[in-house]
Amino acid sequence: MLAMNFRGPRQIRLDRNKPEPEIKHPYDAIVRVTRSLVCGSDLHLYHGRVPDTRVGMTFGHEFTGIIEEVGSGVQKLNVGDHVLVPFNVACGTCPHCKQELYGNCNESNPQATAVGGFFGYAHTGGGYDGGQAEYVRVPYADVSPTKIPKGMDLENAVLLTDVVPTGYQAAEQGGIQKGDTVVVFGAGPVGLMAARFAWFFGATRVIVIDHVEYRLEFARKFSFAEAYNYRDMKDPVLFVKKATDYFGADVCIDAVGCDASGSALQDLTGKGLLLQAGSATALHWAINSVKKGGIVSIIGVYGPPWNLAPIGSLMNKGITLRANQASVKRLLPKLIDHIMSGRINPKEIITHRLPLEEVSDAYRMFSSKLDHIIKPLLIPPRAHAA
Amino acid sequence: MQTVLENTIDEFQDRVIADRNLDTRTKDIPGWGMDADPENDPTYPMKHWNGADHERLNYEKAPQQPLDIEVLHSVERPSVTRVFGTSSPPSGLSGTIRRYAFQYSEATATHWMTLILADRINVLEGKLHDLTHGILPNPWIERGWRAEWKHNRPAFIRKTATTALLITAGFMLLKRKNKHK
Repeated sequence: MLAMNFRGPRQIRLDRNKPEPEIKHPYDAIVRVTRSLVCGSDLHLYHGRVPDTRVGMTFGHEFTGIIEEVGSGVQKLNVGDHVLVPFNVACGTCPHCKQELYGNCNESNPQATAVGGFFGYAHTGGGYDGGQAEYVRVPYADVSPTKIPKGMDLENAVLLTDVVPTGYQAAEQGGIQKGDTVVVFGAGPVGLMAARFAWFFGATRVIVIDHVEYRLEFARKFSFAEAYNYRDMKDPVLFVKKATDYFGADVCIDAVGCDASGSALQDLTGKGLLLQAGSATALHWAINSVKKGGIVSIIGVYGPPWNLAPIGSLMNKGITLRANQASVKRLLPKLIDHIMSGRINPKEIITHRLPLEEVSDAYRMFSSKLDHIIKPLLIPPRAHAA
Repeated sequence: MQTVLENTIDEFQDRVIADRNLDTRTKDIPGWGMDADPENDPTYPMKHWNGADHERLNYEKAPQQPLDIEVLHSVERPSVTRVFGTSSPPSGLSGTIRRYAFQYSEATATHWMTLILADRINVLEGKLHDLTHGILPNPWIERGWRAEWKHNRPAFIRKTATTALLITAGFMLLKRKNKHK
């Protein structure tokens, strides 16, 4: 089958003869991929920032597909069902899953206890091949995969596997109250969603900060946010303080993670010398920009083992830090309702639709922010097969 | 070798000790539990607390996926999870380094830095494997240069020219140095 094949940092090949996945467990299903997205967090893998990313792996944790085969223990899904597959691999019965922390499942990732099981996300994420391929093995098929509701656009469905719930949870974690000012660092797909959903929780002012001008323009339109370029500022923290009556934002959201730009020191130690897990610039700004007693929500991805962040300010300002991988299954009913009711049309963020065969181009364009790209969608050749 | 405390600990005793304390000690501790408030959970609403954390040993588990490949597992858990990915089992020199890394917990730099070292060696192994199987690298496609050429041509040409210039200058400098010797 066709599949994306990681060959090293910034080097991706389209594999034409990767063996098709097989059922390995009674609760497995094999899915023929119909749509797949490249995620901003795939870029952390692409840039070589996530440990235990092995050559030969297929990335991709945002995909929809048609069930081709099910294991003997699968009861809720049938061959032919068209499903959206949340990026979390979750057993549904461990203490974390039972408390709806599906992103922290205890029975899906042997390699790391600090990380849940995710499709196509290094062996640090469990070693599962992902959805930038024609077929995928989906474990625990009865737990998270969800039949695509009748009438839902396929592009909206695939966005429900990660970016929409992740953006929603970023806002939810912020504990936003009516009247709050929310600052979102990062105008990538997740930042755009987080800013848009901040309004759903009652924010009355939403500010997005980034350095890519076309993305800021997109944030103004899609997220109804004020959007500012930090390259036009001497000090983004001072900007936020002045913009919030020298008080600080009620809630700050870090929607960037370890690939952040904006600080030479963080860039050198995090991205150049690898002395920390990427650059923590956005988190640094978030902690310093939020009000005393405010909430910082981290949804941007950081790799292990550590990052430079102002813990002293966190303590002295009494900040609550909230963070997690999105628990997609928990949020799906609410988000399906928001989409089907027309409150949000997430597919507006998909700017590029490419055949799977052009996966290397998709990564490079997304990484280098070429051609005003916001979110690239991959379509495998067998997506429309009978 | 020095005996470290973590190697002497009786495993799976946490709940036994907690239950024993609940039965025997808590009634003698003034104020025990009087301010407990299940809603005062900073992870709410992400987590719907139902006490499952305290049933950590007795939850319903799926059947074990057959271990027909080598799967490294964190020393912070007793064994592999009930399912696991089978993407790229450890192999070669990078595999040996990964096995070493997995002797250390996720709290240590040794674990993660060693894995990054293994990743970089794995890239070289991949290139060697390609060459020995007649697969030549195609940076035009694989590194996305085609996309750069299409959408970012002036910057791409500038970057390529600068790189070529630096390599040539370095080469000339090296040549000159060797001549002086």
